[in-house]
Amino acid sequence: MPIQLTALLYLVSSVLFVLALRGLSSPATSRTGNIFGIVGMTIAVLTTIATISGGGVMGLVEILVALIIGGAIGGILARRIQMTAMPQLVAAMHSLVGLAAVLVAAAAFYNQEAFGISTGGKLHFASRIEMALGVVIGIITFSGSLVAFAKLQGLVSGNPLVFKGQHWLNAAIGLLILGLIVAFCVEPTKELFWAVTLAAFVVGFLVILPIGGADMPVVVSMLNSYSGWAAAGIGFTLLNPALIVTGALVGSSGAILSYIMCKGMNRSLFNVILGGFGGEAAAASSGTKVARPFKAGSAEDAAFIMKNAGKVIIVPGYGMAVSQAQHQLREMADKLKEHGVEVAYAIHPVAGRMPGHMNVLLAEANVPYDEVFELETINSDFQQSDVAFVIGANDVTNPAARDDPKSPIYGMPILDVDKAKTVLFVKRSMASGYAGIDNDLFYKDNTMMLLADAKKMVEDIVKGLA
Amino acid sequence: MHDVYSFISLLTVFVMACFVGYYVVWSVTPALHTPLMSVTNAISSVIIVGALIAAGASAVWDASKIFGLVAIVLAAVNIFGGFAVTARMLAMYKKKEKK
Repeated sequence: MPIQLTALLYLVSSVLFVLALRGLSSPATSRTGNIFGIVGMTIAVLTTIATISGGGVMGLVEILVALIIGGAIGGILARRIQMTAMPQLVAAMHSLVGLAAVLVAAAAFYNQEAFGISTGGKLHFASRIEMALGVVIGIITFSGSLVAFAKLQGLVSGNPLVFKGQHWLNAAIGLLILGLIVAFCVEPTKELFWAVTLAAFVVGFLVILPIGGADMPVVVSMLNSYSGWAAAGIGFTLLNPALIVTGALVGSSGAILSYIMCKGMNRSLFNVILGGFGGEAAAASSGTKVARPFKAGSAEDAAFIMKNAGKVIIVPGYGMAVSQAQHQLREMADKLKEHGVEVAYAIHPVAGRMPGHMNVLLAEANVPYDEVFELETINSDFQQSDVAFVIGANDVTNPAARDDPKSPIYGMPILDVDKAKTVLFVKRSMASGYAGIDNDLFYKDNTMMLLADAKKMVEDIVKGLA
Repeated sequence: MHDVYSFISLLTVFVMACFVGYYVVWSVTPALHTPLMSVTNAISSVIIVGALIAAGASAVWDASKIFGLVAIVLAAVNIFGGFAVTARMLAMYKKKEKK
């Protein structure tokens, strides 16, 4: 295949990837967008296969076998995965992109002639830099995503893991990596290649370990961004514009998501990466805990209040995902609608363990997406609603974030559920949320605590509505 | 491919693509942020092109070929899995039924 045609086809697939993301601007166009993405990928893969087999077919069988093995694993995973487990799946996939990037860089390093990156047995200087950066970002994505996966899957504690001198250790390894990269650029030996890889691998672990469970939306977005930059880095090594464009798209996508998540928590990216949030705050508040009176209610009470309401806003959080209550919740909303009650859902940007997690769960339970609203759109509606039904969310409704400048979460945008006439708060126990902060909302006169497992409670409310 | 692309032209492509990405991603509705992540995962696995080159470059089973083949498997998991799970999610987003 002439090289110009190859380049042109790569351009076509890049454009299709842009259209794939563009389609996600509304659910109506998103499905077409996904198909654009699939077509783009097919073109990129076929073009590459046509190009390499142009110089005599070598190992096409092995390639097909590898494709089929990977494709089968991916297909089965995609079909079997539960929607509540999406954050883990995405973290696992990030780690695969990272590792693939490292392997491709290694393959290019071991066979420089085939990739056209060396002359006379000497690796081009620009390729040395690109390769080193690509490997570092790739392997950090890999090890960081492994930790994120283990935390999300519950294999290791979601609590932040902090120890003394952590930041110094990370800084020291960071400097070591820089030194190794410089050495690699001067004299690209195999030993240095793997030394850079190993050091960056360790740093990926150490950087993600201290970050707590509640910060996972930021971490997952950040690793998404890294996986993109890694792909772009390898794209420079391979002189492949399709890889560079895609890497840049994915990189900026992850960066924007990280920014949105940080803003949703009123924290800086730097602050999240330094880690340790949650642990200290919990320790501080546990000392001053006094039992305060609150109003507890039963499922029948809740059913009665909501049946007679004009408007109910449902606020789901991670707790709903944990107890898989989304289907029962939809049933409850249907029953309420039969009673002539207006129902809407309010989603906080950082609800769940990854961006948009709650929306997917509600969509899975057949909640129409035009009943689901973002914080900015719906926040002023709480004042006119009779009931705010909070299920599995906590910190994102804490009025302290709005009213108490001393609170550790002060300044975080919250859903103003306390402005509704009645707040029904489904919660397993009176324990504090992930941020470890007591929620004043529990003790307000217009709040009724429904203490039970979310799914069980909603089931009982549905019975009460019959 | 040196005769088609220089470093500077690729850098231009990269910077422009960052801008395109910036504007396109801001226009993504927050309700679809999870599918956005899974689809970006799938498309960043276009890194498979590098793996294909490595796997097809030599007739013997040297280190480069093995790295390439393993990378093909990993990237294929992401490509098939990523697009399939995105399609599965997007199929669930429905509008209110008009009565």
